[in-house]
Amino acid sequence: MLRLEIERAPAPIWMRSLIPVIAVLVTFVLTSVLVVWAGANPLAAYRHFLISPLSSKVSALEVLVKSTPLLLTGAAVAFAFSAGYWNIGAEGQLYAGAIAAAWLGVVLEGLPPVIAIPIMLAGGFVAGALWALPSALLKVKLAVDEVVTTLLLNSVVLFVVSALLNGPWRDPISGWPQSPEIAAGAAFPKLIPRSRLHLGFLVALLVIGLLWFILSRTALGLRMRAVGLGQEAARFVGVSVERTMLTAALVSGGIAGLAGVGEVAGIHFHLIEGISPGYGYTGIIIATLGGLHAAGVGLAALFIGLIDTGAQTVSRALGVPVYLGDVVQAALLLVTLGMFILQNYRIKVISD
Amino acid sequence: MDTFLIGLMAATLRVATPLLMGTLGELFAERAGILNLGIEGTMFFGAFVGFVVGGVTGSLWLGVLAAVLAGMLSGLLMAFLSVRLGVNQHVSGLGITLLLTGLSLFGFRLFYGEPRIPPAIEPFSRLSPFGQTPVLGPLFDQYALTYIAFGLVPVVWWLLYRTSFGLQIRAVGENPEAADAAGVNVYVTRYLALCIAGGLMGAGGAFLSLAQLGAFTYGIIAGRGWVCIALVIFGNWDPVKVLWGALLFGGVFDLQLRLQIIGLQLPYETFLALPYLVTILALAVAGRNAAYPAALLKPYRRE
Repeated sequence: MLRLEIERAPAPIWMRSLIPVIAVLVTFVLTSVLVVWAGANPLAAYRHFLISPLSSKVSALEVLVKSTPLLLTGAAVAFAFSAGYWNIGAEGQLYAGAIAAAWLGVVLEGLPPVIAIPIMLAGGFVAGALWALPSALLKVKLAVDEVVTTLLLNSVVLFVVSALLNGPWRDPISGWPQSPEIAAGAAFPKLIPRSRLHLGFLVALLVIGLLWFILSRTALGLRMRAVGLGQEAARFVGVSVERTMLTAALVSGGIAGLAGVGEVAGIHFHLIEGISPGYGYTGIIIATLGGLHAAGVGLAALFIGLIDTGAQTVSRALGVPVYLGDVVQAALLLVTLGMFILQNYRIKVISD
Repeated sequence: MDTFLIGLMAATLRVATPLLMGTLGELFAERAGILNLGIEGTMFFGAFVGFVVGGVTGSLWLGVLAAVLAGMLSGLLMAFLSVRLGVNQHVSGLGITLLLTGLSLFGFRLFYGEPRIPPAIEPFSRLSPFGQTPVLGPLFDQYALTYIAFGLVPVVWWLLYRTSFGLQIRAVGENPEAADAAGVNVYVTRYLALCIAGGLMGAGGAFLSLAQLGAFTYGIIAGRGWVCIALVIFGNWDPVKVLWGALLFGGVFDLQLRLQIIGLQLPYETFLALPYLVTILALAVAGRNAAYPAALLKPYRRE
């Protein structure tokens, strides 16, 4: 007679690779309750969510546009989390990068793009790293929990943006709270004419490549993963935990800053309030879904970009509130977290 | 005493109310060994559910009750993920915040559409036991929920330090293996702690929508949940010390509003950011002396 038994052992590889697919299905079944509540047909809604954005070239490119900041914030969060540094401040660091880009973009008036754009990127990286610096220093010098301080600084940066836009940067003609438009030479060139896809997408792909390289091919990556696995053990084998965490935190902040540069220099061309609808927090979802691996982060960012675009299609086509996209993303995170547990079990068939 | 100071003190008590509720809730969770980053979303959800139920039924107290129940549901979800499945507490908590924020906004849009003026309800009126008496009159001119929040401080203290349930919570937060060996059900205790925590967080959110504002806005919580997490550390996981932290933050928050009115030559955002910066500073001072519950962030698995 055949019996099924569950034992604690790594699940077979085909099972593990099915987990994301099952997680997506479970998430859609759970969230279909909301679609029905909004008076729409769940199947129609999910066709608009997943298929419609990919069915035309324009909207498929829009998915890549949406994915651009998400690739970067996902990479930023994955970088810090790999070293066990819980940077929840990518949102704030993104805004710091956006502020720097809005300022540099005006200051660099008259310079050719080959000079202006590298300065924009470097400036945004430095600004993001600087906004990450207080939390990182407090963590390594005074053992202050970085989760709390990065979260609090996310609130603070919004006040900085508001102070700038309602003060020195307020548009003198229209009175709108938006910074002056950046110079043409500082704006990111379009990758494809008549689309919104800009240089930032290539930068994001490059960062994903570098994430893979640093984490898996360099001594720094090895040290970071050692610290992430256990600080005591890492210290025991001679890794400077403080220095490694500080590096991870600052580079993470810098990458998030690049996301802010992309939004200013590639999409809006000036700083506005609400330039990020939570890309920094979504980065945490992406890093987790991607298992903190570069390729995983890349795929997760593209998928979340698809959901972001799809949520707008659903909203337009069926009148379902656009926030359905946020709910689906968060639910997907929680379902996936729950399903990761399945990785540790395998089902054995025993014949007596 | 001069009216500026009395006004400041009275307002401090009001501003501190939702923080105190959220902080006492978070304290319960962390004392049981669970960091609940779902607090920001749970407070938002509580504010939303409270507002809807209060508005639909016409009973503000039913709104508060619904917010508490909604918060307890959020606590149950956190418990299922972090206690039952043992997944990473940082990520599951943030996931819950994102989920409940999205869910509240989704529901708000369905109920109210996109109104140009946010819908409002007649909020709770204040109790004034001392009427127009100088000093005491304005000082005690507070919402019933404020009285409840401050009354909860000794109750939580008593529960944690003078009852066997409190002992069990502290035991599973410090050393779950030993607690288990002594016959405490670690899972049930953590589930209960997270439920109580969620209920308090939900009530804190409902205070904002049903008492302080009489409305629900997208920025209604605005990082207050994160401040609560900071206050728990600042107060060293002690309900009485946490009270001082909530009053300090409430005081700074109200003071900056008054400084704005005086009209110093600084952008008003400087003052808005002040409470958050003071909180970070307070954490830096508390620094290394923070005595985290030993089992915080560690999932417990019975062998």
